[in-house]
Amino acid sequence: MKGIQLDMISKEKLDRLTSVEKIRMILDGVENGKIIVLESGLTPQEETKLIEATMTKITPGEFSGIEIESYPSGASQSWLNKLLKKPGSGSRLTMIGPADQLKMIKRDRDVISALVSAR
Amino acid sequence: MGIIKRIRSNFSAALNRIFKRGRTRRIGIYGPPNAGKTTLANRIVRDFTGDVVGSVSNIPHETRRAHRREGVTIKSDNSAITLDIVDTPGLATKIDFQDFMKAGLSEDESRRRAKEATEGVIEAVRWLDDLEGVILVMDATEDPFTQVNVTVIGNMEARNLPLLIAANKIDLENSAPSRIKSAFPQHPMVPISALNGDNIDILYGKIADHFR
Repeated sequence: MKGIQLDMISKEKLDRLTSVEKIRMILDGVENGKIIVLESGLTPQEETKLIEATMTKITPGEFSGIEIESYPSGASQSWLNKLLKKPGSGSRLTMIGPADQLKMIKRDRDVISALVSAR
Repeated sequence: MGIIKRIRSNFSAALNRIFKRGRTRRIGIYGPPNAGKTTLANRIVRDFTGDVVGSVSNIPHETRRAHRREGVTIKSDNSAITLDIVDTPGLATKIDFQDFMKAGLSEDESRRRAKEATEGVIEAVRWLDDLEGVILVMDATEDPFTQVNVTVIGNMEARNLPLLIAANKIDLENSAPSRIKSAFPQHPMVPISALNGDNIDILYGKIADHFR
């Protein structure tokens, strides 16, 4: 069967990986045409590291980068988080794929709608 | 981060804000390509020093190197603040040289621009570690829920640093700054036209107040 491989990574597995391992796993998968879905997403710092690592991989005509879709961090905060100035619910479900295969259709605070195409 | 460590960190940040009040702050202008970052940087620097920061173009990734302008004193009705303003290259997760060819550049120029643009994005990301606040420029005619916006906001929140949203291009008919306000209600937002100067005095007042 011909299709697109979708790897859904659990929060438990992500919690066991270091930032470097997560970014390596994501970029290796995406460069091979996979769509990666992370149950608990990345931290903002990991997102910037992923962007940085992606830029070093871009090769004209071969790899143009990634499409990454996640929800914004939760706007509602508990009184304790507000007191501690801690960001809301933090990272949330995230979908990452090759820029030429994954296109966002619509995204808002709680819904991501994307189109996945074969190469 | 543990609770004690977080309280200590926030206490330390508060002390720093008190004792460093009055000194120059380093503020980055961030946003996706073609949001109007350099147009805004040029307007701020021109209004207060008579100079400009960089060139602007309709072709994305015109700014491919960060430019720092030191000691710009922004005055509003009630207060003033001196900033080092860093105009950063547009942040992106993808750069396709064919997009530059569609914009009219030759293949060689497009490939070169794509390479320089990737380096620019890396530079913009690295500058985040050396800033004390960010003006995030969003194109008010576009969907605000882009990954670039989400990532920059998340980074500022994680660092407990101030962030001000400039909802740019309100001179365009299809602009909807209210969408930006409802997308990121936790941060102050000023609808502006960096090109025409609409609401620019309101933005200066907000900058002087927010980054103090």
